[in-house]
Amino acid sequence: MTEAATAKPVPVTVLTGYLGAGKTTLLNRILSESHGKKYAVIVNEFGEIGIDNDLIVESDEEIYEMNNGCVCCTVRGDLIRVVEGLMRRPGRFDGIIVETTGLADPVPVAQTFFMDDDVRAKTELDAVIALVDAKHLPLRLKDSREAEDQIAFADVVVINKTDLVTPEELAVIEEIVRAINPTARVYKATRSGVDLARVLDQGAFNLERALENDPHFLEHGHEDHVCGPDCDHDHGHHHHDHHDHDHTCGPDCGHDHHDHKHDHGHDHHHHSPGAVSAIHDLTVKSISLRGGEMNAERFFPWIQKITQTEGPNILRLKGIIAFKGDEERYVVQGVHMIVEGDHQRPWKDGEKRESRLVFIGRDLDFAKIEQSFLACQATKKTPA
Amino acid sequence: MPTVAPLDLEGHVVGVHFLGDTPFFATAAGTIHRLDGGEKVDEAHQGLLTFVRDPFSNTLLTGGEDGKVLRIAADGSTTLVAEAPRKWINVVAGGPQNAVAYAYGKSSFVKLADGTTREFTEERSVEAIAFAPKGMRIAAARYNGVSMHWVGTNAPAQDLEWKGAHTGVIFSPDGRFLVTMMVENALHGWKLDGKAGDARHMRMTGYPAKVKSLSWSPKGKWLASSGAPAAIVWPFAGKDGPMGKAPQELGTRANIMVTQVAFHPAEEVLAIGYIDGMILGVRMSDGKEALLRRPGKGGITGFSWSSDGKRLAFASDAGDCGVIDISA
Repeated sequence: MTEAATAKPVPVTVLTGYLGAGKTTLLNRILSESHGKKYAVIVNEFGEIGIDNDLIVESDEEIYEMNNGCVCCTVRGDLIRVVEGLMRRPGRFDGIIVETTGLADPVPVAQTFFMDDDVRAKTELDAVIALVDAKHLPLRLKDSREAEDQIAFADVVVINKTDLVTPEELAVIEEIVRAINPTARVYKATRSGVDLARVLDQGAFNLERALENDPHFLEHGHEDHVCGPDCDHDHGHHHHDHHDHDHTCGPDCGHDHHDHKHDHGHDHHHHSPGAVSAIHDLTVKSISLRGGEMNAERFFPWIQKITQTEGPNILRLKGIIAFKGDEERYVVQGVHMIVEGDHQRPWKDGEKRESRLVFIGRDLDFAKIEQSFLACQATKKTPA
Repeated sequence: MPTVAPLDLEGHVVGVHFLGDTPFFATAAGTIHRLDGGEKVDEAHQGLLTFVRDPFSNTLLTGGEDGKVLRIAADGSTTLVAEAPRKWINVVAGGPQNAVAYAYGKSSFVKLADGTTREFTEERSVEAIAFAPKGMRIAAARYNGVSMHWVGTNAPAQDLEWKGAHTGVIFSPDGRFLVTMMVENALHGWKLDGKAGDARHMRMTGYPAKVKSLSWSPKGKWLASSGAPAAIVWPFAGKDGPMGKAPQELGTRANIMVTQVAFHPAEEVLAIGYIDGMILGVRMSDGKEALLRRPGKGGITGFSWSSDGKRLAFASDAGDCGVIDISA
């Protein structure tokens, strides 16, 4: 690889989570543990961060709707200002962390890094992390949309305070998190004690790195799969570099007991068998689509149209697309109406050329999305 | 080509202003460099965010990451105007009778010469402040418009509303117009001298990038702006400003964005700085261009003309600054 740009974009980690979920504890760890990196931290209030550091910036959360007639095109105005200031002296830190308030909608924060040209030129959204309080999550989900949004939008979900619940309760929490967001990586922790290497510098919004770091991205969406430090099951890696991903399962990993009957091309998570009542209360739902090779001339207008018309209801979309006659895998990511895509790497010999796409959102007509997605296939599959 | 005396500084330079014959350069790190019979350096801030000239006195004003607002005199001496610990001060403006306005969060503050401070709170964060050319009056730009306050009275604010985020504000030299810069690549203007209750709107759109630099021509006939691969110059001579008229485009380049504009203090000549560091001087009357500086290491972040109009100082985001002598 050649060094195309002299200034590498600075990675930005967005930290969400309800009040009391453990964000401050995690921030304090990031700021005090020796990991050889320095972070600038943008917080809403200094509050309990007991560390004096001139790279902690207090900022009033200021949501601006863009004046373009699109209601979901929102950005954080204060972030534009603070990031511009920070980036005038980029040598001081290796990354930026944005802590949001408990009730915050994570979308404007993320969109700032796509929609503002100045911010986009110098920084890169690395990952959205959601901390979840294992004890209080069911209650939070009942009284607010935000708790659900934060999980739905995250790339990494840390289920914190697992010591305060029974293994059965924890299993339910895991299932809820998976039901809301089947693509996120999920970790369990007590006292925000998640390995910082699992949280920082993830490259989750970088299309290439998201797949490098997580070779089975989107591959096992049908398993309600929460991984912990001790799980050693085989995920079918394509790579020899096991250290490059962190997807090992915990002792209580229950993927063997899960029902695999849904493995027929798509999964409606809100219908998963054994779903607990809390799952029925969820308003965010997801669909994992699977198809064969796509016709690019049909697929691109389709995804444009669907994100234009359904954008406000789409929280995240992620996918790997196989195009007919294209030797490379194509990856797509989206937030509301913003969609980005790029070629990732050549398909490997023997690798199944199929297209996979996950939508997470509200009030989406999954049947229609699936039907129109499958209609983009280059050659329609004949029923077996 | 005119001679350029280079000044190489460390890192991003926020801006440059002449006080008398001395150019002052301010770095983002917080140092002030003045060329006063050799380069002299002062540490002003732990991180400097804004650097403006006080149009009502021969001084400069700064705001920093250290929560300080400073006034810098022509001899380089600094005085502390205000301090808000742990706040970033990126909005500062100079007013009549040594008044200084600054802002953080949802409040504007005006510190008066007698040491008292008045606070004006807004519904949303204050993005920019300007003093009116006449009278002790401020305009605070914010989301969905501008709030105008008479500093000396308790009268309610006059609100100029326009949907969207306003990030910069400037009065015309005669006080008849108010113009804001917006997050969405546009300017918005209000005609202030209309009949009461009928604030006339002026929409100035079509920019491919955000406008970050504005400059009025000496008599206020023109308003030049950045935000395009040319300087966009709006005609303000008529009583309705630029409405119904097309702007002039000066110094057009293929894909190279204009980042700074500054009118000469006496002539209708515009200095145009680009993102690649090139500087052109362009005459309004016939569009004739003169190359003042070849492209450099960084984009132009600031301009200042000496009062006699013979020298143009420029700042860059890569530190390669300088002073151009155009009389040579």
